[in-house]
Amino acid sequence: MSWVSRVVNVFRGDRLNREIDEELQSHLEEAREAGRDPAEARDALGSRLRLREASRDVRLVAWLDSLRADAVFGWRQLLKRKLTSAVAILSLALGIGACTSAFRLIDALLLRPLPVSDPGQLYALARQVVDFDGKLHSSGDWAYPDFELMRKAAGGQAELIAVSYADRTDLTFGSDEEMEKAYRQYVSGYMFSSFGLRPAAGRLFTAADDAKPAAAPYAVISYNYWASRFGRDPRVVGRTFRIGDKLYQIVGVAPDGFTGTEPGTMIDIFLPVMMHPGVLHSDWEWMRTLARIKPETAMEPLRARLDATSRAFEEERAKGFSGMPKEEIELFLRQKLVIQKAGAGASDLQDNFRVSLAVLGALVALVLLIACANVANLMTAQAEARAREMALRVSIGAGRRRLIQLVLVESSWMALFAAALGAAFAWWSAPLAVGMLSPPEDPTRLFLPMDGRVLSFGLVLTVVVMLLMGCAPALRASAVRPASTLKGGENPRSRRRLMHALIAVQAAFCFLVLFVSGLFVATFQHLSHQPTGFSATGVLTLETVASQPQLPAIWDQVTEHLRQVPGVESVSLASAALMSGSSWNNFISVNGAPPNSILAYMLSASPGWLDTLKIPLLEGRDFLATDAYPGAAIVNQTFARTYFGSQDPVGKPFVVIFGQGQQLKFQVVGLVGDVTYRDAREPILPQTYFPFHQIDARGALQPLAHGTFIVRTSGANPMALASLLRREVPRARPGFRVSNIRTQTSINESHTVRERLLARLGLFFGLVALLLAAVGLFGMLDYSVIQRRKEIGIRMAIGAQPGDIAWRVIASVLTMVVAGAGVGLALGFAVARYVQSLLYQVKPTDLAMLAAPTVTIFAAAILAALPPVLRAVKIDPAQTLRSE
Amino acid sequence: MSKTESLQGSLDLLVLKILSRRPGLHGYAIMTAIQILTEDVLRVEEGSLYPALHRMEEAGWVRARWITKDTGRRARLYELTRAGQRRLAAEESRWQAVSLAIDRVMRMA
Repeated sequence: MSWVSRVVNVFRGDRLNREIDEELQSHLEEAREAGRDPAEARDALGSRLRLREASRDVRLVAWLDSLRADAVFGWRQLLKRKLTSAVAILSLALGIGACTSAFRLIDALLLRPLPVSDPGQLYALARQVVDFDGKLHSSGDWAYPDFELMRKAAGGQAELIAVSYADRTDLTFGSDEEMEKAYRQYVSGYMFSSFGLRPAAGRLFTAADDAKPAAAPYAVISYNYWASRFGRDPRVVGRTFRIGDKLYQIVGVAPDGFTGTEPGTMIDIFLPVMMHPGVLHSDWEWMRTLARIKPETAMEPLRARLDATSRAFEEERAKGFSGMPKEEIELFLRQKLVIQKAGAGASDLQDNFRVSLAVLGALVALVLLIACANVANLMTAQAEARAREMALRVSIGAGRRRLIQLVLVESSWMALFAAALGAAFAWWSAPLAVGMLSPPEDPTRLFLPMDGRVLSFGLVLTVVVMLLMGCAPALRASAVRPASTLKGGENPRSRRRLMHALIAVQAAFCFLVLFVSGLFVATFQHLSHQPTGFSATGVLTLETVASQPQLPAIWDQVTEHLRQVPGVESVSLASAALMSGSSWNNFISVNGAPPNSILAYMLSASPGWLDTLKIPLLEGRDFLATDAYPGAAIVNQTFARTYFGSQDPVGKPFVVIFGQGQQLKFQVVGLVGDVTYRDAREPILPQTYFPFHQIDARGALQPLAHGTFIVRTSGANPMALASLLRREVPRARPGFRVSNIRTQTSINESHTVRERLLARLGLFFGLVALLLAAVGLFGMLDYSVIQRRKEIGIRMAIGAQPGDIAWRVIASVLTMVVAGAGVGLALGFAVARYVQSLLYQVKPTDLAMLAAPTVTIFAAAILAALPPVLRAVKIDPAQTLRSE
Repeated sequence: MSKTESLQGSLDLLVLKILSRRPGLHGYAIMTAIQILTEDVLRVEEGSLYPALHRMEEAGWVRARWITKDTGRRARLYELTRAGQRRLAAEESRWQAVSLAIDRVMRMA
């Protein structure tokens, strides 16, 4: 009864007052009836106001009551100044929303534990080596035979689990015409039981599915895929599908929430690791090695044992590396095994974005701090207007604590509204940011729940924001000295000092945000304007699969058919599109010399490929229809320089050395301009192109199952032809099927996804920071002009020039901006090395990199200062002085 | 205030005791009852009675209800709850222990 009724009484305060009054009144009436003198009875009872207060305090929760009163008061204050409140709330909301959004992303990708039992015991094995240039290389790639040895070596201390990299594959539940895409991952059968997962339907894999290669053609589908593709139909268990020429039977559905071990990719289909074609290959590194390690295990001995096992495996393998340069082998064997935490899974997306997201998170936190400083300044300025009210409160007995509470309650109103708006912003913006993590044709799929983790982050953030913006004004308010304030003139300087400090802080943070985002924008500019050496505009690439390997002549027929399609300018055939991620390299030997330690990169292409991509032919000739692999080769300038020095390469022979010691002879028939093979970030690689037609040792042409048509279109939008071309390929030759269509432009852009994200978001938050800081500066100056109206009026009356006045108004604030920018610069240099890995051809110390934020900040400062300065010089001394 | 003793900490005890004998008294009646029963030796400070009653109400020892008297005025009547009876018993035994102790000291001196 008691505390409930006391809480309830808080919200029926008026009624409570009436009841108490009525009871006291009834007391007096009784006294009168008993014949006492009414005046004497009233005196005996004492002050009714005091009695009412005393009774109120026992009948309700006093602090809650005062909080309620302050909340009502604060709400009225907020309504009184609708515009400023709205601006303050909006800027805070943007800050809170952006921070929450960043947290959602970072949490979903990097922090959130996998939904498995004891995720804290999950680790991933990687190998690290420092190369000859002192650069650290880390790789989580493993070959399955190596994994098998390590698994045995780990014994009972750790359970090693093989999981392949997630990939997107073609599969069909019916005919070839009904091909669809799904994300697949090969996993060790016992992974499910080790993770403590139970099937939602059917069964999951077990160790029995790992027994021998290619013997378990089964699939487990994810709950997600089950729901979206099959509408949770339980009859899905037992259905079969085909990938390539392999048939699989679905045996079960994984539990809800488990979408594989690679954050950023939601797996649709799990296959037993034994079904992977690379499972017996020692030189095929296609999987990660996860480890479940019991908590009490000593890590170093375990690591050393695994390291030794893996090294022995690789040393054995290196014996077969004939033709590989010695130093490469040495570097290869120097790799050290490390055990890394993987409770949140392990994926390339994590490695790619770990630093970027941390930096973006820091940027949005700075923006939030700027917004907080803004609102704190706003409230401090308003506290000036309320100084008399505060002084009055103190002088009639309000405690300092109560005043602090009053201001804090007001700021929590703002924080609350800002948090609500911010939550909406985060809800909307986080998926948007996820969409920017990957190119559109291979989207990142990330589970982004708004759950307890996100909510508690938002809550903590809101409280921090409330304290940050409320503390300074609250302490100010409580430090009010009634005697001097009520007399009409508290020294405004101390108040202004605080506001100036906040302006400096804003300028510093703003500089930092602009500086860092400037680095990102410049990086993106450099990368996207990096010449690739070929023309990507208007080019479509059609990855094509033949259901049965077909002879080159058949591929040529399809090429010819596509050339007849209206809107197509030229068509050629290559093993892959440039920069598409597929890469083929080997060592080269010239004139029987030991192989050069630099790898050459290779691609096969049909005649006309150079023309289609507009790669300039510098010397010699293009391939002829009669050229075949091995035999003729076209090389680029870097290749010529690397292996032939200053000699003319055309007509010269060279030998390609394959890993197994096989050697093939080629003769250079043409020299072409340099093009980007993999990625615009790296220097141009030595490249050689081979004819698409392949012959075996006896000279017979070889059938091929895969090829990529490179199509140059004449229209502005090559994608307009995509669906037509997709239909034309099987029409040209039944059994041919396009599995993937991309424009060359989007392939090129996929390499700058991270830089684009950083540049766009950096620029956006840079502008927001600038806007907030400018608004803050404007507000502060405007306030100080109003405050100093009297002083300015007097100065003008005794003959000060407008220039003097303007200078007086902005001097101190400008000093603060300069000081702040200086601090921001120092901070910028300090953090530059943390973002160095994200930059490309950009030096933080470049004059341009420093000039841009400096100029921007001062331009914004001057712009923001203009209206208040104009207002100051327009002050009419006669009027101002009369009104005082 | 004449030469009467102030009630100090024993106001709760007196109020509870009186309400246990005569449930349904309003504040003024409780005050008069104390004066009459103590033959004017003890006098309630009128101002402190109501906060004390309200405190006991919040503590759950007494409960109150409004009645309308014949004159049309409303009065607030108090009566003991179960918890109040237990409280009274505890207070009574404590009081007896204390007064016995004081008594013993007085006789010795």
